[in-house]
Parts: sequence; structure tokens; C-alpha cells
Amino acid sequence: MRIGDKLENLNPQVFAEADQRKENPSDWDDAVRDPFDGREVFDLIRSIRDPEHPLTLEQLNVVSEEQCEVDDAGNHVKVLFTPTIPHCSMASLIGLSVRLKLLHTLPCRFKVDVVITPGSHASEAAINKQLADKERVAAAFENPDLLSVVNKCIAPRPLAASVG
Amino acid sequence: MSTAIATLTGHKDRVWNVAWNPKGTILTSCGSDHSIRLWSKEGDAWVCKTVLSEAHTRTVRSVAWSPSGSTLASASFDATVNIWDCREENIECVATLEGHENEVKSVAWAASGALLATCSRDKSVWVWEVAEDDEYECVSCLPSHSQDVKKVVFHPTADILASASYDNTVKLYREECDDWSVFCTLSGHESTVWSISFDSSGHRLASVSDDRTVKVWQEYLPGNKEGVATPEGAPVWKCVCTLSGFHQRAIYDVSWCSLTGAIATSCGDDCIRIFKEQPNSDPNAPVFDLLLTIQQAHAEDVNSVTWNPTVVGLLASASDDGTIKLWDFSHIF
Repeated sequence: MRIGDKLENLNPQVFAEADQRKENPSDWDDAVRDPFDGREVFDLIRSIRDPEHPLTLEQLNVVSEEQCEVDDAGNHVKVLFTPTIPHCSMASLIGLSVRLKLLHTLPCRFKVDVVITPGSHASEAAINKQLADKERVAAAFENPDLLSVVNKCIAPRPLAASVG
Repeated sequence: MSTAIATLTGHKDRVWNVAWNPKGTILTSCGSDHSIRLWSKEGDAWVCKTVLSEAHTRTVRSVAWSPSGSTLASASFDATVNIWDCREENIECVATLEGHENEVKSVAWAASGALLATCSRDKSVWVWEVAEDDEYECVSCLPSHSQDVKKVVFHPTADILASASYDNTVKLYREECDDWSVFCTLSGHESTVWSISFDSSGHRLASVSDDRTVKVWQEYLPGNKEGVATPEGAPVWKCVCTLSGFHQRAIYDVSWCSLTGAIATSCGDDCIRIFKEQPNSDPNAPVFDLLLTIQQAHAEDVNSVTWNPTVVGLLASASDDGTIKLWDFSHIF
């Protein structure tokens, strides 16, 4: 990935991170089934890193909890993501990273749609179509160069001292 | 009957395609584990007789048998098509067709056995001529689609080729004056057309799409009695039926049974559906009834369905869940 010469978005706006999820005593009760919800999907994707900046998708407000729609009973997850600028050429890559992370972590019963927030990208129809085409996505992940870039975005960061 | 008569396991990743040999005695499957498997019946059980795993370096997307049943072709994301000699117990790869720039998505044989077609993400459809001694020569490169080509099928009897694409259209090709060209483009789907299937007569074609509909197209020949204009003396194909509201997600495959006329579809909503034309349908505006929906046919997306060519009601399906299932629908006919 050419993070060399020129970053597309030199001064991205950085957002504050969301708080920890509020706990419920029933969360610790094994007899009670905790359904998947938007917060859980958000927790899975929030720390995916942007390909260009050393910031997470959460910090760039590319993904947010409100934009993770989950229908647990209907086995459907829809994630909307907002590229930081309308001509962002990383949009496909970000979409692929979200797809791969969810492919690795969600139970296979879920049908997942990863879609650009309407109105936020110049080529959103074309990119949405590519991200929805599972054959294209599968072939892309068989490309070792592309896969290694995506894996770098998904890989967990070494813990910082301020973990709390 | 919503239970399968057999579940075939063995593939280590999603299964993309299943195909019967012309006699209907061998089922072939291929998938993301780079392998091709051949299954046949031993007594009451279906057993995996052969695994071909070394020849492709990436996902094997599609397999097709020659009409004689002696040769198998496999298309792969590694941009090649392998030709396998299946006459002996020991199946060998006798040729590799190269030329496509990237993933090959589908391969099909003409009814004569003398032609082969392949298609790819490089937007082209290639037609190959089969000479003796496993020699395959590319006789035409057709870059007619504007996007990724997902599927190619030949007409059941004539040398007419059809292709389905990410560009939302289906194109029909024939050979004129020694050269292959498009003679008709079928537009109407609102998204990628994943698969197509001719009926037994070759006068109708079913197409399925990411737009969650099935379309049935009909051929109108020059001089047809319905008065459909046929410019330049070429046949014209029109959409005579659209089945919408049945499928919840993209439809990945369609198979039109040559024995019963039933249409089977495989869908991203994990279901298999069977449709059949009403007996007294107007031939120019046919009505297709949904005979059966198998909910949860598989645990994940169903990628492929194919009717057995000799046994009525026998259907094979393949899924992202890594399994292949066999179904007996003979009771609905």
C-alpha cells in the first residue's frame, strides 16, 4: 500500500471513542441468551484501522454504533460506513476490511450487508455492488497482496499503556 | 419432503458448483478448497470416488462434462481451465487452457462436443474448438460484455451460446461466416445476472439475478406468427415472464429440467425453490407456479442446483456450508 507521497485526507477529523458497554447482571448468567445487537457488531469493527492513517474507523467516524443494524432473529446484519471524503479511493478497501472481520467473527447464520452511507461517496453504487458480490470478494481475498493489506487494517494493535 | 436423501461432505470450504455427467451416474463438485470431487452411488449410499486436488492453485469455480461423458472441464480463479480424461479409472489432466487475464468463472460444452466456451472477470467469452488428441484451439475472443462474465451455457442442440454478466445483461452469440458474434442482448435485470439455463427445446431461457428475480425469455424466429419484428433476419428474444417477490436474497443458480420442465433455483436465503409452467399457459405470456420452497435447504447460501439428466426429480445442490445435498422431488411431478 502506497502510504508514501500524498495522503488523500491530510487532516481528518478525529472523533472521541465511545464508552464501554453498560453491563447488565444477566450478561454473566449463562442460562440467559444474549442476542447480538448493534453494539456487539460495532465492537467487532471499531478498531479496524484506516489504510492511510494510524487511526481507527471509530476515531474517524467511518463506522458508528448507530450504523450497525442487527436483526438477530432474522439473521441479518447491515453495516453502513461513511468514507471521510466523497472521493476516497480507500472506500473499497475499508468495505473489504469490515467484510473480512465480520466473516471471521460472526456466526455463519448471519447474512451481512456492508454498504456505504447513502450520499457519502461519489461511486457508492459501484462500490456497494462490488462489496455485495461474494464471488468478487472471495476472489479478492485470494489475492495475497490485497489480503495482506486488509489483514494489516484488521490486525489488533499492540496494547497501549493506557488500556482501561 | 424437505429432507435431503443424502448429504455429501468432504469439501473443506464452500462448494461453488455441481454438475452431473450425461448418464446421470456421476456427480461432480468443485469449490474454494481448490479441489474437484466425483461422487457416485455404491449400493444405497453416495460415495466420493475421486478427489482431484493438485491441478488448480485457486478456487475451482465451475465444472462441466462433455456430451460424450468422456471429458470433464474445470474452470478456476487461477485463470486456467483444465481438461480431464475420464475414460479410465485413473482420471488425468490432459490439457490446460490458458489465456484469460484473470478468474475464469464458467465453462460449457456445445451439444456436438466439438466446441467449448469459457468466460472470465476479464469481461470476455472465449470459444474453443476441440480437435483430436486433446488439442484445444481458441477460435474466438468475444469482449462483448462491459463487466465480469459470470456464466456461459450452450443451446441444447444448436451452436448458439449464451452468457450472463455483472453488467446486468445476457448475450446470445452465433457463428456467422466463420466468426462468432452477438446477435441479441437481453436487458431487463436490475443487477448482476448470475446464471442462465435453456429449456429442453432451446426456445426459452431462464435467467436469475442479484435483483432477486427469475426471468423467462422466449425466442421469436424470423416469420413468427406473433408478428414480432426480427431485424436483419436474426432471432429476437423477449422476456415473457418475471418471477419476483419469492426470493429474499440474490439468486445464484437456475436449472431447467429437460425431463419435467421444472425450474429449480438456488438462493442466498438458503432456500431451493421449484417452479413449473401452468399447463394451459399462454405461450407468449406463460404463468409459472411456485411448486415448492425448501426452507433452510442448507445452513448457508445455496450456490448451485442441477437436475439429474436421466432420473426424474433428482436434484443436486451445493452450498457455502461446504456440503452437497441430493433431493428427490419425483413426487411433485
